[in-house]
Amino acid sequence: MSTPEKSPVIESPFRKVWDRAGILVVLVALLVGSAVLVPNFLSTNNLIYSLGLSVTTTGIVACGMLFALAAGDFDLSVGSVAAFAGMVAAVLLSKGFGPVPAVLLSLVAGLFIGAANGFIIAVCGINALITTLATMQIVRGLAYILNDGNSIGVGNMSFAALGTGTPLGVPMPLWTLLFCLVVFGLLLHRTVYGRNSLAIGGNKEAAHLAGVPTKKVQITIFALLSMLAALAGVVSTAQQQLGDPKGMTGLELRVISACVLGGVSLTGGIGSISHVIVGVLIMGTVQNVMDLKSVPTFYQYLISGAILLAAVLLDKLKQRGTSR
Amino acid sequence: MPLIFDGIEKAFPGVRALGGVSFEVREGSVHALMGENGAGKSTLLKILSGAYHPDSGKLILDGQELTIRNTQDALAAGIAVIYQELQLVPQLTVAENLFLGHLPSKFGWTDRKTLHSETKRILALVGEDIRPETQVGRLPIAQRQMIEIAKALSRDAKVIALDEPTSSLSSREVERLFAVIQRLREEGRIVLYVSHRMDEIFRICDAATVLRDGQHVQTWSTINEVTPDGLVRAMVGREVDTLNAYRSRPIGETTLTVRDLIGPGIREKIGFELKKGEIVGLFGLVGAGRTEVLNLIAGTTKAKGGQIDLDGNSYSALNPQKALKIGIGLCPEDRKKEGIVPIANITDNVNLGVRKSFVIKGRAERANAEARVQQFRVRTPSVDQKIGNLSGGNQQKAIIGRVIGHNLKVLLLDEPTRGIDIGAKSEVHEIVRNLAEQGVAVLLVSSEMPELLGICDRILVMEGGRISGELPRSKATQERLLELALPKKSS
Repeated sequence: MSTPEKSPVIESPFRKVWDRAGILVVLVALLVGSAVLVPNFLSTNNLIYSLGLSVTTTGIVACGMLFALAAGDFDLSVGSVAAFAGMVAAVLLSKGFGPVPAVLLSLVAGLFIGAANGFIIAVCGINALITTLATMQIVRGLAYILNDGNSIGVGNMSFAALGTGTPLGVPMPLWTLLFCLVVFGLLLHRTVYGRNSLAIGGNKEAAHLAGVPTKKVQITIFALLSMLAALAGVVSTAQQQLGDPKGMTGLELRVISACVLGGVSLTGGIGSISHVIVGVLIMGTVQNVMDLKSVPTFYQYLISGAILLAAVLLDKLKQRGTSR
Repeated sequence: MPLIFDGIEKAFPGVRALGGVSFEVREGSVHALMGENGAGKSTLLKILSGAYHPDSGKLILDGQELTIRNTQDALAAGIAVIYQELQLVPQLTVAENLFLGHLPSKFGWTDRKTLHSETKRILALVGEDIRPETQVGRLPIAQRQMIEIAKALSRDAKVIALDEPTSSLSSREVERLFAVIQRLREEGRIVLYVSHRMDEIFRICDAATVLRDGQHVQTWSTINEVTPDGLVRAMVGREVDTLNAYRSRPIGETTLTVRDLIGPGIREKIGFELKKGEIVGLFGLVGAGRTEVLNLIAGTTKAKGGQIDLDGNSYSALNPQKALKIGIGLCPEDRKKEGIVPIANITDNVNLGVRKSFVIKGRAERANAEARVQQFRVRTPSVDQKIGNLSGGNQQKAIIGRVIGHNLKVLLLDEPTRGIDIGAKSEVHEIVRNLAEQGVAVLLVSSEMPELLGICDRILVMEGGRISGELPRSKATQERLLELALPKKSS
């Protein structure tokens, strides 16, 4: 005896726009407001180098977190994995490895950590919070161990190009982010794998009984997510030409915030790549505007937190309107 | 003074749940509120309880128009709605539940003495004698229901609405409930009684109202003016062939053979055969191992031993993916928990788990979903509708649509008609018969004997984790089924 399905009722046009776009309206308002009110916001230099580059790390990892959230899980270890993978690449380069094997090995290291996370969560049935909280610390420890707790410089110029190159006038990290958005967007929206991820988040038991290989999907979600975290770590190492075991702290929370801000459901089953794009852009724009306006750092924390709260409250309001 | 519903309308985005419902309920009467799932009964109750706001229309009690903005207003106006899923906090004690929100206190400390003596007094109103300190979670459903009714009485509710109150009660508990309802009537209160069970309606109700598709169909001010058939006709809006609609059909050769199957919940090795076009029932009490057998065949739980032969091929271990691939489809018991992904739309739900390629074929999936929706007459505005918004019967039809996609040979149905209304039930039966006529072998688990006797060619009975007997259609009676299903005295 749930909500009945009866003769349709005409919806108001505003309702429709809000249902479809929701938080997108907020982003557009934010962009327009910034363009009008903040000098320099629209300059190419600001848009590409300040705003663009500031969102690459969060954006790349968010592509993977989207899948984890869609499937009703999340991963707290991504910050540690990014730092660790950056260190792996830097150490390998310092030992004389070429840039290609160094990058590949870091990505594989990330993949393995993620697969281990996924295995523990999906097969052993430990919840994602505890599992990734533990691996977050373990992997952070590994990052320190790699070079006795010291950061390590990178001299290899062709590796550094991953972070500093600008093909067609756009920095490499932005190209990387764009590539990830396209690939993972297609993966979520156009493949059975993506649908299965959403189904697991929507009702895991039903998905399993319907023949979805739930464990396999969960393990690969975590593996891919960690690999993306490793990629973000490698890109950042190339940008700074420095492997830093202390880096990337708090990345997991920034990534999850961005996804939720954009409209990905924390309880699973709902998510799209446009949510990630919107969420990441809102976070980046706010940060960028605060920097341009020289808002003191302490106040920036207040504003970022308030925006996240406002976004989820708005979403709640929206849901109250639609369901039941 | 009566309770009057006057032109109540309520719409949800995309759905009109109630379209101008008006009727009157006399005081000191028990009034049946009937209708199929999705007819609008729940919406009406929720409006009464203040959980929903009507878009238009009035509620009139004691000659006064009620303004109910929230649940507190409803309680203050003397209206208590008792839902099927009871609204008690299982972790708290009986006393704490009864006084949730207004615990008696002295200087900020809980006044235990008053709390417990008041609790005893209130429980006595419904003839219950439960220790006030008992945790509600430890009590049987029947007693929890009594606590809810007691709670309503403690607030001197004039209108008490009961939503399918007997659905999980034993017959003795039902008698006690009826005695209490009888008293409520004598005290001049109004009882709104929602139920699907005809015998109950005709036993305790004085009047009846039927809703269909959000519209008021008819109100009978005395129940004698109508017959059970008349009520069913009003609810469904057409004649329904009752459950005993067996059609004989050609039965082919053996398609599935289960040998020595053993696993969790099974005590003795299971073996049986299913023939093409055969509908075989699987009866037993709760916990007899029926669901376990289906899960072992479909590979959703791992078998410890045994073999499954399907059309000449032998399999020792299946998993859900493989089972589907070779033509064994399972519709699980608990639709909400195990069947549907409620927030996904019908297209996604129908295609879930049966996709073969890696890339989604949007158009083909839509076509598939639309074909199933048409074939099974799933009532929905479109296949883009969230499946969670459909009624139980329509969800069930969509889930059957999921598994029949590819060369289905064996269909395993676990309680497919539990909790769905009469019209949808006969449609599900029709679907099963049609599939059988096309050569599918069906294994049907059901707790309803009339259902099994109505459509099965043969019935297997389980007791305590083993198959205790098999009855062909000609020899199957309710007595024989029960005899085989009841535990034997330990030998």
